[in-house]
Amino acid sequence: MEVCGGHTVAIRKFGIPELLPSTIKLLSGPGCPVCVTGKSFIDKAIKLSKIPETIITTYGDLMRVPGSSSTLENERANGAEIRMVYSPLDSIEIAKEYPSKKIFFPGIGFETTSPATAVTVLQAKKEKLDNFFLLSAHKIMPPAMEMLIDDEVQIDGYICPGHVSTITGSGIYNGIVENFGLGCVITGFEPVDLLQGILMLVKQFESGNPKVEIQYKRAVKAVGNIKALKLLDEVFELKDDWWRGLGNVPKSGLKLKTEFKKFDAELNFQLNLPEPKEEKGCICGEILKGLKLPSDCKMFGKICTPENPVGACMVSTEGSCQAFYKYQL
Amino acid sequence: MNRDKILLSHGSGGKRSTDLIQNLFFNYFDNKILISGGDSAILNIQTNNLAFTTDSFVVDPLFFPGGDIGKLAVCGTVNDLAVSGAVPKYLSVGFIIEEGLEFDVLEKLVKSIAETAKTANVKIVTGDTKVVNRGKCDKLFINTSGIGELDSKFKKISSGEKIQPGDKILINGFIADHGIAVMSARNELKVQADVQSDCAPLNGLIGEVLAISENVKFMRDATRGGLATVLAEIVKNRNFGIHLIEEKIPVRESVRGMCEFFGFDPLYVANEGKVVMIVSDNDAEKVLEKLQKNEFGKEAQIVGEVVNEHSGKVVLQTQIGGKRIIDMLLGDQLPRIC
Amino acid sequence: MCLSIPAKIVSINGEKARVSLGGAEYNAALNLVEHAKIGDYVLLHSGFAIQIIDEKEAMETMQLLNEVIKKEKENE
Repeated sequence: MEVCGGHTVAIRKFGIPELLPSTIKLLSGPGCPVCVTGKSFIDKAIKLSKIPETIITTYGDLMRVPGSSSTLENERANGAEIRMVYSPLDSIEIAKEYPSKKIFFPGIGFETTSPATAVTVLQAKKEKLDNFFLLSAHKIMPPAMEMLIDDEVQIDGYICPGHVSTITGSGIYNGIVENFGLGCVITGFEPVDLLQGILMLVKQFESGNPKVEIQYKRAVKAVGNIKALKLLDEVFELKDDWWRGLGNVPKSGLKLKTEFKKFDAELNFQLNLPEPKEEKGCICGEILKGLKLPSDCKMFGKICTPENPVGACMVSTEGSCQAFYKYQL
Repeated sequence: MNRDKILLSHGSGGKRSTDLIQNLFFNYFDNKILISGGDSAILNIQTNNLAFTTDSFVVDPLFFPGGDIGKLAVCGTVNDLAVSGAVPKYLSVGFIIEEGLEFDVLEKLVKSIAETAKTANVKIVTGDTKVVNRGKCDKLFINTSGIGELDSKFKKISSGEKIQPGDKILINGFIADHGIAVMSARNELKVQADVQSDCAPLNGLIGEVLAISENVKFMRDATRGGLATVLAEIVKNRNFGIHLIEEKIPVRESVRGMCEFFGFDPLYVANEGKVVMIVSDNDAEKVLEKLQKNEFGKEAQIVGEVVNEHSGKVVLQTQIGGKRIIDMLLGDQLPRIC
Repeated sequence: MCLSIPAKIVSINGEKARVSLGGAEYNAALNLVEHAKIGDYVLLHSGFAIQIIDEKEAMETMQLLNEVIKKEKENE
């Protein structure tokens, strides 16, 4: 199983499954942060965009994600000021340029992306900004990975996320090896990385010797990125978080520490919005766990398509269902 | 004539309008049909089959590396005619100008239209100008419509009805240049690349190919949605598939770089000087040679072929030998970090 | 969140570096790495360099990729 949206896409994009022998099956797990974040996150961002004199700065990834009734893209067409940014630091520049406006940054992503948000919050503090706010949906991977095993999904090994591991290092997967006996290979994103990573997992499995290995040596050190980890620790603390498709995952979400609460959109604005119920018949939960394939879903490709995504897995380009829809033969 | 800014009165039909038309448009688009000044252009057409097309241009920014909205307006319409197998002859140009646009900007663009029309050997024979209040349009919108003369033997090209397995797929050069050049010029995400738009009139190139081969089965210009969309559209509901070879598709390194930044697939990025041709196997090599001898086809390649398998689908063979489906684009690609 | 790309540092200005990916250029933030220097390849993600790429390891992977492509061509 891979648990990284980048891997989901790369595997499909390069046509890896077709190159493997039939004895090896690749499962796609909950690696897409957009997909596992509830619709209420978008609803909150949209609610914030309706406050007068606000600018929402967002990654392009979020623009078309459906909330319960609209998207940021739709709201922009309706006059809301919503700007795409490549770096969260651009939000700081915009906040300085428009001191009378409130700038909201919906922060999404796992350990690869959260450090960038941490730096941004620290910068906002340094510049003594009053008008910058973070709406955080940041999460961390390992609790979700362990939860999947607890649920008895038939996995023989994990292709571990390459860029999450760049930040965290390889130690975060030790628990999976020690407690569950599953091999973990941290893998890159080029076709040769994926094939080599899969081969390493197969060798581990065949030798009955599960361990944590790094295939992606050019980008991942065992200790990770210490500087980034320190910054994450300075700014964020863990909280229980709700993952679409998985439910509540203890200590898996990142929220701002008390000393940064002035930047926390959830604390400073009324954002109690309920999470809408999933559509009947949506089996995203089982797909995210690797129990079913997108093609097993009755709605796949018919009612649920990239243009009209019903469930989490179809929402983003990295979701299992969308990747399957776009690339699968 | 006021040479500072365009005002509402420039579009109202009065003296200022006439001044603008005579001194700017007639000056640059100089030809007998236009200058005769009637409400309609009276044209002499020598054929039973007319190709007719229209397109509107709203690109922002107005000027970008390798081109501008004026050049685009001519090339877009000329190419739509040319890929249908027609010889483009006459264009109309309609301007919708936002009040306050600098006169110099308009003049530069009109000059660009005139120069591009000259290169493409087409005449601007009629036009219209409206000026709207500030805020009612984004600086300048242009519509061009065009007429071309179509020989009956090329009628099959638009529909692609004669496409069959074994036919080869050709493209006349590097893809994705235009989309990336415009993104770079907009600089919204602060990534820049030294890439020029490939905006160019292709009627000369296409004319040369049609002169040496009667077996061009299909042509389309790969504009919005890129090469992938053209191919995905053509196989839809047909009884053949397309096999595309990734390593044959020409993409510039800097364009690849920009695409990687944003998570774009170059196959889906817009072009403005690229034609996709489907040619019989027998003629493919000589058509390729002809393309490569033309300035707008130097990097032409055969990138795939029409096949019996996987009807209705385009399958890409990746560099490492894997396969994946190429489907149509949902909306514009959005930059992503994930 | 894994769209990170390798880009080369062409110049450094305080906490920012001008990086190039095949000619596409961007001003990346260096807050998350240490001792970056001109000529280094960095992994770029959401505007930040998140790691300096180990050149030796990168070369080994490139070699492997070239071998795969070569084998693929031979099989055709």
